[in-house]
Amino acid sequence: MEYSYVFLILLLPFLSFIVLGLAGMKMPHKTAGLIGTLSLGIVTALSYYTAFCYFTAERGVDGTFATMVPYNFTWLPLGVLNFDLGIMLDPISVMMLIVISTVSLMVHIYSFGYMHGEKGFQRYYAYLSLFTMSMLGLVVATNIFQMYLFWELVGVSSYLLIGFYYPLHAAVAASKKAFIVTRFADMFFLIGILIFGFYTGSFSFSFAGNVVMGDGATPFIPVDVVRAVAAGGFIIPTALVLMFIGGAGKSAMFPLHIWLPDAMEGPTPVSALIHAATMVVAGVFQIARLFPLWIEYAPGQMSIVVYVGVFTAFYAAAVACAQSDIKRVLAFSTISQIAFMMVALGVCLPGHDGAVLDNHAQLGYMASMFHLFTHAMFKACLFLGAGCIIHAVHSNEMSTMGGLRKYMPITHITFLISCIAISGIPPFSGFFSKDEIITACFAYSPVVGWIMTAIAAMTAFYMFRLYYGIFWGTENKELHEHHTPHEAPLTMTIPLIILSVITLTCGWIVNFGSFVSASGLDYEIHLDKQIAITSTVIALISIALATYIYKGEKQPIADILYKRFPKLHRAAYKRFYMDEVWMFITHKVIFRLVSTPIAWFDRHVVDGTFDFIAWGSNAAGETIRPWQSGDVRQYAVWFLTGTVALTLVLLCLL
Amino acid sequence: MNILSLFVLIPVVMLLGLWIARNLNQVRGVMVIGSSFLLALSVYLTVAFIQARQNGDTSAMLFTYSTPWFKPLNIAYSTGVDGISVVMLLLSSIIVFTGTFASWQLKPMTKEYFLWFTLLSTGVYGFFICTDLFTMFMFYEVALIPMYLLIGVWGSGQKEYAAMKLTLMLMGGSALLIIGILGIYYFSGATTMNITEIAAMHNIPVDIQKVFFPFIFIGFGVLGALFPFHTWSPDGHASAPTAVSMLHAGVLMKLGGYGCFRIAMYLLPEAAHELSWIFLILTTISVVYGALSACVQTDLKYINAYSSVSHCGLVLFALLMMTKTACTGAILQMLSHGLMTALFFALIGMIYGRTHTRDIRKLGGLMKIMPFLSVGYVIAGLANLGLPGFSGFIAEMTIFVGSFENNDVFHRTCTIIACTSIVVTAVYILRVVGKILFEKVADPHYEQLTDATWDERFSVCCLIFCVAGLGMAPLWVSNVINGGVSSVLSVINF
Repeated sequence: MEYSYVFLILLLPFLSFIVLGLAGMKMPHKTAGLIGTLSLGIVTALSYYTAFCYFTAERGVDGTFATMVPYNFTWLPLGVLNFDLGIMLDPISVMMLIVISTVSLMVHIYSFGYMHGEKGFQRYYAYLSLFTMSMLGLVVATNIFQMYLFWELVGVSSYLLIGFYYPLHAAVAASKKAFIVTRFADMFFLIGILIFGFYTGSFSFSFAGNVVMGDGATPFIPVDVVRAVAAGGFIIPTALVLMFIGGAGKSAMFPLHIWLPDAMEGPTPVSALIHAATMVVAGVFQIARLFPLWIEYAPGQMSIVVYVGVFTAFYAAAVACAQSDIKRVLAFSTISQIAFMMVALGVCLPGHDGAVLDNHAQLGYMASMFHLFTHAMFKACLFLGAGCIIHAVHSNEMSTMGGLRKYMPITHITFLISCIAISGIPPFSGFFSKDEIITACFAYSPVVGWIMTAIAAMTAFYMFRLYYGIFWGTENKELHEHHTPHEAPLTMTIPLIILSVITLTCGWIVNFGSFVSASGLDYEIHLDKQIAITSTVIALISIALATYIYKGEKQPIADILYKRFPKLHRAAYKRFYMDEVWMFITHKVIFRLVSTPIAWFDRHVVDGTFDFIAWGSNAAGETIRPWQSGDVRQYAVWFLTGTVALTLVLLCLL
Repeated sequence: MNILSLFVLIPVVMLLGLWIARNLNQVRGVMVIGSSFLLALSVYLTVAFIQARQNGDTSAMLFTYSTPWFKPLNIAYSTGVDGISVVMLLLSSIIVFTGTFASWQLKPMTKEYFLWFTLLSTGVYGFFICTDLFTMFMFYEVALIPMYLLIGVWGSGQKEYAAMKLTLMLMGGSALLIIGILGIYYFSGATTMNITEIAAMHNIPVDIQKVFFPFIFIGFGVLGALFPFHTWSPDGHASAPTAVSMLHAGVLMKLGGYGCFRIAMYLLPEAAHELSWIFLILTTISVVYGALSACVQTDLKYINAYSSVSHCGLVLFALLMMTKTACTGAILQMLSHGLMTALFFALIGMIYGRTHTRDIRKLGGLMKIMPFLSVGYVIAGLANLGLPGFSGFIAEMTIFVGSFENNDVFHRTCTIIACTSIVVTAVYILRVVGKILFEKVADPHYEQLTDATWDERFSVCCLIFCVAGLGMAPLWVSNVINGGVSSVLSVINF
């Protein structure tokens, strides 16, 4: 069987996690880091090799790449259903392998420099390995339950990594929040899985075209969608929407986005890996994975995805314009960009002429995956760049920066490249993917198309606000006198350079549509000139605007705007008070109004009842105890009285 | 000589050994040797059981043996195990073994403590190996009484109150049980107390069944922390010494679930079907109510006690779903909860032994001071909230999938309500983990504290190994349980 080696892709990071977790503390930092990086290097090589084999293989008779399942075995039997674990290779999972292993390797290398001398270095690498293993397991899942399993595991690795600096209160609170919010969403995911599994009789993704099973792999039990539809037309849509809520939690869609900005408390490379490039796109990946079901059985419900996506994209972009912490800006930018991917999936239309999967009607699918790919690269680059900056000035606040271009040329250039890419300027990669998304939106509805164009313009604006705030603007001389910022070491700049090169080139070097498309057939991407020109012009205008406002030493316009709309600025800075709303619900309502009364009820009412019974028995005993006084005269009195009374009663009765 | 009788004989020999033992080392020696023997025996039993099943032995009970000891009432000492009891015996042995190490440094009156501890385990083992109604009841009582002394003498806090409360409530349950058992015996007209034979007769009128079912179900339910009869649990656990908490939450509470399934539902199947809705509501309440109560507790042991209410509620909940998958899940949950809670109580005991407080408001920053115990605590917490890779996940998933097999709105609504507990569990676990382990060291005195000693490390590592092992390779356990569950269920669902 080909691809029999792919189990190593999951096994190596797992082994490295076990080794580092058990023995890491006794190792020197370098050894621990090398073990993690080396295993990840092999995984990356294997992933690239897999991708190479997979995409150069002959397409099947129907023109699609065959879905390979080298491994699939029953892990836990659940009555009629089975909980399988396995590995499935199809275009999107292979693409995700590339994304995850690339970014993860970059982060592993980068962390050598960034985490240098940090206490808990080995623990950090152990967690990174755990995360990489879980994320890879998630994308190669053969069934929805396996996806859920690894979904939980990425959640916990994210928890552990956000809370890496555990002596800090903020980090602990953020990690807790991230885990609980996503867990809350996962509950819906689980219920969705239960409904789906019960009605369709299987958890597997076996609707995915022509499948080649490996030797010894358990064949799929086919998903019986017909039976589910027969049981009620609403069942599949309900299950899908519930699963989408789970995905929305992981992918930080409004109103479940609150954990992601706080998650920036973790080390910056972690933010790049988990909270920008890989884990947060799990929700997008989940919808893409279930896409054949969405498009065929729940096309109406896809509008939910669109609305949630559009609103989130707008909301996050608006908030990003007002943040002062550079990682928070990037975090909101991530939320906004993921929302772009969500929208792109949602705007797919049912195919023409009865074809369920149709490349042209479902341009959004390809665009979404493409954007996922390009976004992972440039956002990782941005985060790692931000890491270099934080490393240099020891602060996240924009006020401590300014004028850093002189001190950090490499970071400056790579950051600029990524900013241009995310703004959607040709020929940088972001342009190609974003343009496809906007084209798909216009095909869906001009209103959505224009809104998304406007949000893309906002993206360009806040990214350049960030860029100018860091590298231009007023230099914080006072701070820099004590500690001159300097360029990061090579271990940190090399990943930046690699990622920025990918960002520069991956848009036009290869035709993404020939790898990933809705129907699996080869799909030539061609730009809609009108839309491409419009969006580029708009992006350039907002960049110019940002340059005009933020480039100079003094920023009169920004100050005027700030003075003019202090409330709006404050609201945007405070993320439109969404965190406060959630805090109110959880702390005030759940803790104060539900948990505390329940605990009180338990101690005082339920327990009180039993205590009362015990007290009652005791009191009853105390009451009748005098009757057994041992006093013979008293007994004689009772005896006589009783005898007389009984005699009288008997006499009366007779 | 029946292999199962060894499970009672070894503890009895241990009791003799403890009686003779002169000093602390001899006491420890007897305990280690005895509990290792028991562990080895239960592993051997598991292997032998799986082999027998693979060789095609399909009888409901294996390793059966019977000898009457009270002819007039047909009471016999009859033993036999199926898949469910095998894993329960395995669980008990693990907990007794690790419990021995967890109470390695216990003082004073170590010898007496271990005497009662061993007597308690005798009762537990006896209960799981027996198939005779009355003998089971007898062993059940043997397991309950030592608890009173163990808590009352070696406990902490309001120990006399807690011990009395626990004993009285459980004795109240026993009173209900004996009524139920006599009811089953007389109304089935059986000439035996053997449960498999009574079940096979299947001749108790439905009306009578409906009278006695609540007696037995509640009787065992008290021990299984069924709402609203769970209130002994927080006080009892809070006052009990470490190993007793482990044994109590880890094994004794499982007696409740086991009894509900093996006696109440197995022998009174029609009543189980007709009355299950009442108890299903109660257990659903248990699951959510326990979890929500745990959210605001400030004593580590109270949190765990309420968490146990929630998790044990899930056991009874799954049993009442009466599908094969759900019941398998229930047994898995018993196993998983037993191991996880034992781990939790062990760690809490060790932390308490150092800081002398269990109040989470006074604890903080322990990760820096005692990394081993803290990492253990995090792992226990993650296992408890159902992280994949640990036993909690497989148990919960099996339960939820199994419960969902019931094709009606009522059962599914209950399932969805029970599902919410996975979120609430995460809330209370992470709250505690964040408060006591992370952030700043709460009290400068804590800086001088030391990390776990070798015996504590050993006990914690054993339990973590079991929890993770079960969570990663659940197939064999699931298969062992499945066989036992299906033969019981074939009677319940006739």
